[in-house]
Amino acid sequence: MIAYLLAQTIAITGGTVYPVSGPKVEHATVLIQNGRIAAVGTNVTIPADATRIDAAGKWVTPGFVDGGTQMGLVEIGAVPGTREAYVQNDTIAASFNVAEGMNPASTLIPVTRMEGITTVLAAPQGHLVSGQAVLIDLDGATIEQMLVKSPVGIVANFDENAKGEGGGSRAGVAERIRRVFNDALEYARRRAEYNRGAIQPLSASAADLEALLPVLRGQLPLIAVANRRSDIETALRIGREFRLRVILAGGQEAWEIADAIARAGVPVLVEPLDNIPTYDALGVRYENAAALVRAGVKVALLETDTHNARNLRQQAGNAVSYGMTWDQALRAVTLSPAEVFGVADRYGALDVGKVANVVVWSGDPFEFSTGVEHVIIRGREVPLRSRQTELFERYRTLPPKY
Amino acid sequence: MRTYLFGIALLAGLGCASGRARPAQAPAPAAAAPAPRAPATAQTHAAAESSSVDRAQYPSTYQRHPNPPVLIRNATILTAAGQEIANGSILFKDGRIVAVGATVQAPADAVVVDGTGKYVTPGLIDDHSHLGVYAAPGTQAESDGNEATNPVTAEVWAEHSFWPQDPQIPLAIAGGITTIQALPGSANLIGGRSAILKLVPARTVQEMKFPGAHYGLKMACGENPKNVYRGRGPSTRMGNMAGYRAAFIQAEQYRRRWDKWNKDHQGDQPARDLRLESLAEVLRGNIYVQNHCYRADEMAQMMDLAREFGFHIRSFHHAVESYKIADLLARDSVSVSVWADWWGFKEEAMDGVQQNAALNQQAGGRPIIHSDSPSGIQRLNQEAGKAMYAGIRAGIAITRDQAIRWVTVNPAWALGLDSIVGTLEPGKMADVVVWSGDPFSVYSKALQVYNDGWLVYDRNDPKHQPRTDFELGQVPVPGSDR
Repeated sequence: MIAYLLAQTIAITGGTVYPVSGPKVEHATVLIQNGRIAAVGTNVTIPADATRIDAAGKWVTPGFVDGGTQMGLVEIGAVPGTREAYVQNDTIAASFNVAEGMNPASTLIPVTRMEGITTVLAAPQGHLVSGQAVLIDLDGATIEQMLVKSPVGIVANFDENAKGEGGGSRAGVAERIRRVFNDALEYARRRAEYNRGAIQPLSASAADLEALLPVLRGQLPLIAVANRRSDIETALRIGREFRLRVILAGGQEAWEIADAIARAGVPVLVEPLDNIPTYDALGVRYENAAALVRAGVKVALLETDTHNARNLRQQAGNAVSYGMTWDQALRAVTLSPAEVFGVADRYGALDVGKVANVVVWSGDPFEFSTGVEHVIIRGREVPLRSRQTELFERYRTLPPKY
Repeated sequence: MRTYLFGIALLAGLGCASGRARPAQAPAPAAAAPAPRAPATAQTHAAAESSSVDRAQYPSTYQRHPNPPVLIRNATILTAAGQEIANGSILFKDGRIVAVGATVQAPADAVVVDGTGKYVTPGLIDDHSHLGVYAAPGTQAESDGNEATNPVTAEVWAEHSFWPQDPQIPLAIAGGITTIQALPGSANLIGGRSAILKLVPARTVQEMKFPGAHYGLKMACGENPKNVYRGRGPSTRMGNMAGYRAAFIQAEQYRRRWDKWNKDHQGDQPARDLRLESLAEVLRGNIYVQNHCYRADEMAQMMDLAREFGFHIRSFHHAVESYKIADLLARDSVSVSVWADWWGFKEEAMDGVQQNAALNQQAGGRPIIHSDSPSGIQRLNQEAGKAMYAGIRAGIAITRDQAIRWVTVNPAWALGLDSIVGTLEPGKMADVVVWSGDPFSVYSKALQVYNDGWLVYDRNDPKHQPRTDFELGQVPVPGSDR
């Protein structure tokens, strides 16, 4: 699936390398060949044909992963013709996979990757079951070239926004989700009868029931959006009942029951800068991510404003301000999301054999004073250009030359 | 702008964004004091007669909270008046800054704060907030920001919607904000009067009203008004322009009638019209126009509108494309209130660049970083830092003093308050923030916030962490059971 055709041999030399999977290495070389990381260390033989990047004084990290976007699925928020993350009139949209709505030519992709975000989750939204989320690298001319993993999980909503399709009650949301899960199991057990029309109508289409089966078999995670403590507990309860692999998303009040979440082995996708109280989560606060990590929960940090997914760096820096260690925050934007999304064998760390998504920063990646100097995605150095840099160049002296 | 995780990206009630100057001359040296110089048109009218009515209207009852003198010493002080003082001290007493410098003598009763390793700035000012008018928890019951019943509602005043128990207020205070402009939303061509407020805990909005501040008048260009009124009009940008002009033509007549009567008291007192009263005050230069406008070409139209009716636009808000006409804006002394990096949520926001503030600074303009967001208002310092470094990395030599002005004295200028707040200079109101580190760092937090000398927030002392009524008994305090 991954295209290596354009991959170069690149040696990033002399930088402070943060592999994430292990301690940082000073004055180290990262060697990239055939789209993969070929070597990391202080004693690396550099092939003669390698393109060298002098990273002395620079910081080298894996590309960042944002697990909270609609990248490629929205161009202009207010223009419906450019939005693809929501499928209408399908309360249980389990079979809706967003991938074919993806626009590889989206202007958001260069804007995002040139600031060190190389991989994102593109998630569906709305309804009780929104559909299938996919993981993409921010390079590639086709959907196939961009896809890292599809599907990564099925998104289900347990928050206030889901109530409209849960009969107006949280209990209704839980009941309808349980009903469709049971119907999917029934469908799997009695497929032949179903096809003959010999059983009662089920609460979703065959395609949606079919799509839920990997979740119910524990092969595919359920990405459960829940913010209120009681909604989180409902999601965990349903997860236990059906023996699901749950990824909690949002989790604004998760800090209140961090120990229970840790015991359940459920990872949480957290946006650190969420702190405006709503009736969906009056207890939302900046310290959420840190409290979860302290309790032993695996946390991946998010920036959910797709146009500004680049601010994942700022989210991480603020997570540090409110109690995470710097190393925990770096892990929470690299290796932890790779683990949560089931691609840690290929992504999230600078280990030999992993996909070469590598960023060279002028300094601490979370700081505003730091610039991105090089971005390598699947072994190819991508240009640090976007529609925004072109606009800037045009208007940096006035009047512009058209 | 921030949307719920995986949630439907609603156009959050047209809060503003969604559906979210320095006088013209070469960039001044960093040491130059801000020039509170109104442009000629506004001056002419400001010097003119009184308002349409000779009685007190909803006066401020703000009173300074009594407090001992405070000396902060051995800190790095960003004065926003040219200087950055290493190992400096600042003394304030009775709500006024007394002295700022390398050595400052303190009275015996002063509270002494050790500022070692800390930074001190003026209190931050957000000239574009919807706190209190779009209060948390964000239900329809608190949606009080858009009187979206008519394209021109100059008669409504944001202070009459403002809820002082909005739990977003203490969050903004903890971010170092001391003054806000709470604006009506952008559904309307002319949305109503803004409220200029001291951000302090209070029972009534009157206790927060900045004494003597000029009201702002919220106007909005572009997509929002033309979409809201599609059925009845305006439904186009030309319809928007016709709408502003019709309103100001009426206001001119109203102003003439009242000004004549105020002068000679002959005949019956003219009938009052609240809508035209606000607009007449704009024409007199007593109310400052705060204009939501994204596109460069539309801002140019609005500057022509201002010329047609002889008023001055104090600031273009959002002004995502202001970098394209930064020279024209600087020429007309119109400030720009911008984000560091918001873009793309609607078509008129598609051309955002991170160097917007820096390019306006380079052109001799007066950039302001605003929030338009209950989340963003909590870290205006970070947004200014982001915008400063985006400029520097692109080769625009933004100084730290210029960047701190983006969130202090420049917004003070947009509100007409730059002679009172916005810098750390003797005689200024003691709105002072102590930061844990460099305010342009992602890792720095406001440790202490003094508003008019009153310690309204102390990160290390729960006794100085105000909570609203809303929070009591329902927003959990860490470490205690619900």
